[in-house]
Amino acid sequence: MIRVFLVEDHELFASGVRNELGEGFALVGQAGTVTEAVAAIPGAKPDVVLLDVHLPDGNGAGVVEAHPGLRFLALSVSDAAEDVIAVIRAGARGYVTKSISPPELADAIRRVHEGDAVFSPRLAGFVLDAFAGSAAPSIDPELDQLTPREREVLRYIARGYAYKEIARELHISVKTVESHVSAVLRKLQLTNRYELSRWASERRLA
Amino acid sequence: MGWMFRRSAADRVLTGVAGGIGERLRIDPVVVRLSFVVLTFAGGAGVLLYVSAALVSRRPAPAELPPPPRTSTTQAVAIAMVLTGVLLILRGVGVWFGDGVVWPAAIVVLGSAVIWTHGDEATRARRLAWMPRPIRDEAVSHRVRTLVGVLVIALGAWAFFSSNPPLDLFGDAPSAVATVLVGLAVIAGPWIWRLVRQVADERRERIRQEERAEMAAHLHDSVLQTLALIQRTEEPGEMIALARVQERALRTWLYGKSRPGGAGSLSAALDELAVWVERTHRTWIEIVMVGDCPLDDAVRALVHACREALVNAARHSRARGVSAYVEVEDDQVTAFVRDQGVGFTRAAVPADRHGIAESIEGRMERNGGVAVVESAPGRGTEVRLRIPRSHAT
Repeated sequence: MIRVFLVEDHELFASGVRNELGEGFALVGQAGTVTEAVAAIPGAKPDVVLLDVHLPDGNGAGVVEAHPGLRFLALSVSDAAEDVIAVIRAGARGYVTKSISPPELADAIRRVHEGDAVFSPRLAGFVLDAFAGSAAPSIDPELDQLTPREREVLRYIARGYAYKEIARELHISVKTVESHVSAVLRKLQLTNRYELSRWASERRLA
Repeated sequence: MGWMFRRSAADRVLTGVAGGIGERLRIDPVVVRLSFVVLTFAGGAGVLLYVSAALVSRRPAPAELPPPPRTSTTQAVAIAMVLTGVLLILRGVGVWFGDGVVWPAAIVVLGSAVIWTHGDEATRARRLAWMPRPIRDEAVSHRVRTLVGVLVIALGAWAFFSSNPPLDLFGDAPSAVATVLVGLAVIAGPWIWRLVRQVADERRERIRQEERAEMAAHLHDSVLQTLALIQRTEEPGEMIALARVQERALRTWLYGKSRPGGAGSLSAALDELAVWVERTHRTWIEIVMVGDCPLDDAVRALVHACREALVNAARHSRARGVSAYVEVEDDQVTAFVRDQGVGFTRAAVPADRHGIAESIEGRMERNGGVAVVESAPGRGTEVRLRIPRSHAT
């Protein structure tokens, strides 16, 4: 039984999720704002927190930062890349759009619970975009650049391939695909890359 | 630190110090400002005090709404007494421009305070209640207050001239003009300042209202119309298609300006394409883009091939939707159009159907690119397109 906490201010969507989460999941709490969520999450002891990126009193990143070590899956209807990247950089393990089908959502929660990273095609696109343009000098190439293999895996995700399909295409195991994705996630969270902040500010300014 | 006050963002003339102190002590900022003015005549002590207050105070909170200042008569008297005390101390230690300057200035400022301080409505009502009957009316009391203020200011001016013999108010034209000007400034200054602020506030409010009206008009023309259509629709497929089209339009309206390439770019062309295919073929399309570039003939050929691939998928795959991934690199543009539908074998496609051979493969090859179509029954279809960029940037 996976204990799920839902941070979502749109009641319509929240009740949809409540009804759709079938067997194997227990909804242990719900909050509609950053403040409420920060107050209620420790007591509810969830395994996974489903988090809307946009909350009435701020970006979901605040909730993630307040609970280091907890597993977060970000949800959004937004196309604003910098908001999504902000939540991921704060420590969320994945991002899916709200148009996701119920079985896909259940699968994503399960995978985040197991410690995997969950990348939707859109997030993979954002990440590739953010790491594009490798010409700038980097302080820490280990963190500031993606390996060709990681790039390849992300491209497959952006193309809509499931991990299993990627593994088949690249002749590697699903576990290896997962470790590549986790490595990308780690880089995204740890890099201080100049390019990344410039990318975000350009998107915000444009 | 608790004793520190915030400068006011909403009510400020210079840095918001006086407004901040007024908010903190719940007194009219006009009184605070005038106190600084009086102290300035005491050897410049006011300027010094103001600067140090500005330095120790905290930055104004963004978008704070100040509580209405409440100046009760008791408070006003207390402030006047404290101020007088401070002036006497400063006089004692010698920080002083001289009796002939400071006391008249204090009187002038007192007159200005009489005219310009006004508490909130409750205070005013209370004050009016124990006024003599003839001036219990608000307008009358205002006139009386103004008159008293002007008289006090005139008294201050007179005191200034009588204690500074070299200047003669009535015999010397320049000093008479200067006196009238200063007097007018003291009497009308706060009023003009308030007027300027009011105009600025009104302008801000008008801009806000215009923005709101524009947004309401847009939502009315688009979202509300679509919602009405959805309610009248019986068929789920049609509902989803309507919702998708509306979603895409709204997204473009909300975030479209942040497209790096703007109009005439590949991303804009693909957005348009996705809308068209969704509308005509009742499916949903998700496009993920990395990078962007302007449209030239080669890139346009890629867009056309994408369209053919999307239409084929929408028509034949029976999949829930189609996803497209397009990446712009320095030397090439690649596109992948993928569905997880029924798939097909190339051999089973009738030879007279030109879709794949002509519109996709032929078009790409003519522009120096490559097209690969991969499909198998039951495993979906992916069309991979690659075209070199004519001018590498």
